[in-house]
Amino acid sequence: MAQADISIKPTELQGGHGHPDKWKWYDYFTFNVDHKVIGIQYLVTSFLFYLVGGFMAVLMRTELATPNSDFLSPELYNAFLTNHGTIMIFLWIVPAAIGGFGNFLIPLMIGARDMAFPKLNAIAFWLNPPAGAVLAASFFLGGGAQSGWTSYPPLSEITANLPQTLWCVALIMVGTSSILGSVNFLVTIWKMRVPSMAWDQMPLFCWAMVATSVLALFATPVLAAAMVLLLFDINFGTSFFKPDAGGNVVVYQHLFWFYSHPAVYLMILPIFGIMSEVIPVHARKPIFGYKAIAYSSLTICLVGLFVWVHHMFTSGTAPWMRIFFTISTLIVAVPTGIKIFSWVATLWGGKIRYTTAMLFAVGLLSMFVFGGLSGVTLGAAPFDIHVHDTYYVVGHFHYVLYGGSVFGIYSGIYHWFPKITGRMLNEPLGKVHFVLTFIGTILTFTPMHNLGMQGMPRRVAMYDPQFAHLNQLVTVGAYILAVSVIPFYFNVIWSWMKGKEAGPNPWNAMTMEWTTDSPPIIENWEVLPVLTHGPYAYGMERSDEVGPAGEPLPASRS
Amino acid sequence: MQGSIDSTPVVTGHEVAAHEEHQDLRVLGLITFLASEFLMFAGFFAVFLVFRGSHVQWPPEETEVELLLPAVNTLILVSSSWVINLGTKAIKKNDLAGMRKWFGITAAMGAIFLAGQVYEYMNLGYGLKTNLFSNCFYLTTGFHGAHVFIGLVLILGVLWRSRRANHYTDITHTGPEMAEIYWHFVDVVWIVLFSLIYLLTLI
Repeated sequence: MAQADISIKPTELQGGHGHPDKWKWYDYFTFNVDHKVIGIQYLVTSFLFYLVGGFMAVLMRTELATPNSDFLSPELYNAFLTNHGTIMIFLWIVPAAIGGFGNFLIPLMIGARDMAFPKLNAIAFWLNPPAGAVLAASFFLGGGAQSGWTSYPPLSEITANLPQTLWCVALIMVGTSSILGSVNFLVTIWKMRVPSMAWDQMPLFCWAMVATSVLALFATPVLAAAMVLLLFDINFGTSFFKPDAGGNVVVYQHLFWFYSHPAVYLMILPIFGIMSEVIPVHARKPIFGYKAIAYSSLTICLVGLFVWVHHMFTSGTAPWMRIFFTISTLIVAVPTGIKIFSWVATLWGGKIRYTTAMLFAVGLLSMFVFGGLSGVTLGAAPFDIHVHDTYYVVGHFHYVLYGGSVFGIYSGIYHWFPKITGRMLNEPLGKVHFVLTFIGTILTFTPMHNLGMQGMPRRVAMYDPQFAHLNQLVTVGAYILAVSVIPFYFNVIWSWMKGKEAGPNPWNAMTMEWTTDSPPIIENWEVLPVLTHGPYAYGMERSDEVGPAGEPLPASRS
Repeated sequence: MQGSIDSTPVVTGHEVAAHEEHQDLRVLGLITFLASEFLMFAGFFAVFLVFRGSHVQWPPEETEVELLLPAVNTLILVSSSWVINLGTKAIKKNDLAGMRKWFGITAAMGAIFLAGQVYEYMNLGYGLKTNLFSNCFYLTTGFHGAHVFIGLVLILGVLWRSRRANHYTDITHTGPEMAEIYWHFVDVVWIVLFSLIYLLTLI
């Protein structure tokens, strides 16, 4: 069992220096600087926004069940289209995966008492709810932003100016939150590991968060620049993106995708980290290829910054650029493939426990391979030009975002819920949730590829009747997905109040967060733990000192 | 504390957090943040360069760039980076009065720079909306001006806090150090900005 090396166990330390033993319920609604509270705040708010974004999706799918536009007004459809994308990316996946899991887990995993800058951390979180409120307000002040989540000019400059302005403001707020969070993660991981933990003994989730943070740090300010220019164009009469005054709309696309392409890695790299934690624990095996997984995260981060133009193959991109960005895009598949192989190799011959966390992790493997392969096809310029702005693209990114990121978040919740709340989630209910989600995902997003190949354009409320049958299938799938969240939310709320007590380490995991109480006490440990074995040292003699993948530690680190 | 093992030296969590483990990481945090901040300016500069490259006449005729005043301004801002460094050098030798003097001079130089920028804006004869060049010009210099203003506030904050006895010493001088780093950042951005927007018009 991975316990802290505690020879003297002092008593009543927590009350001794002015801290309460436990937070009260209302502490979770205040400006609290505890990283665990902030992590929970991120997770809970993002799960609320998930419902809002999902509700918009269900309304859109209801509209799309028939070829005619007979359910939503065109403006409302456009507003839902825009805000569904915005909310799901900026207020659901990014805050849940990065802010939620990152804040809760990083200090626990590296043996720190808190983040490097606790107040900054709280500021970063509290930028999110107002951003959501600004987006919600835009619906009442002119019907919501209408120009899609990309907000390409000139469309974004000629439709609904006030809501579009609010949209830009909301994005700048969540962007600032993301930058401040990244600064915090990087400095924390860099400087606040327990002295006995070397870089290559760190859990892989922390490696993933390093890559994520670097990416957010360098990409997000460029989005802020784009938003500022758009704001000036809309409100102050400048003409950066107005072609009739010498401006250039493609410049906006470059700035936007310089952030928004890396943003897809922001949404998946933390999930890769979660996968690398969940799979070895539930397969009872050391992770295969620790260094390969760690370095492939950094490779994805680096290459990810140089592929953004593949979103713009049809925007008049020069042929040499198409070649360069096709190749660089396809290269991303290599480090991703390395990860997939490592996880499969970890599963190979493991004593697999089919917990819900593991089911979601394995489900993610299959979903992500499928979504990743359609991504490879889209990365090739000739094919991309053919299916650009069709449902093929919609199918691809929902496969990787829902089948990848959302599955990963679910998997992480099932895995760390005992640590976060001290109680277990109900497993049978979790399995119902998994089956519904799995079927719903396949039914919703697979036919979209066919629709796209047949030429159905995306972003439209009315379509040719020949697409009706497949669209009805997609709508049915969307309803199944909508139903699938009911057992999950019920499970979480019920188990949080009345679930089985979990104990400090219900999965017999090896990483450091499991050496403290569940839920962890304020300041995490009474005495900081000492690293005695690597995070994935399964099947080893407990007394042996072993590295992350099971090899013995060099003497200097012990 | 009611520990049952009073005689044993027990490390409480709080002491660890305060002294051993939680070292002062603010400077590192600031540098990380400024790396990010620089990319925002890089975005603006990239936009400027794209427009410059795609227009035959840049800047257009009605928006001639005035060079003398910005050159003087540049001289003031760049040399203020040297002055503020003297200030932090002084506090590292526990010379509080010296730090206050040099920081005061830096603040004055920053204020002169801002005043010069406002004077330039008022006398240029063209505004934000005149044409694409003036859009870029006012946006980049304006954003930089906002950053100078924030730096000025930081320096004044350091001066304000330095009135407290022993607030800044040769050991605890993170505040002045951070103000200095921020000021250097503002300076570096200005050098790039000045080269791109002012000097490149000469070619």
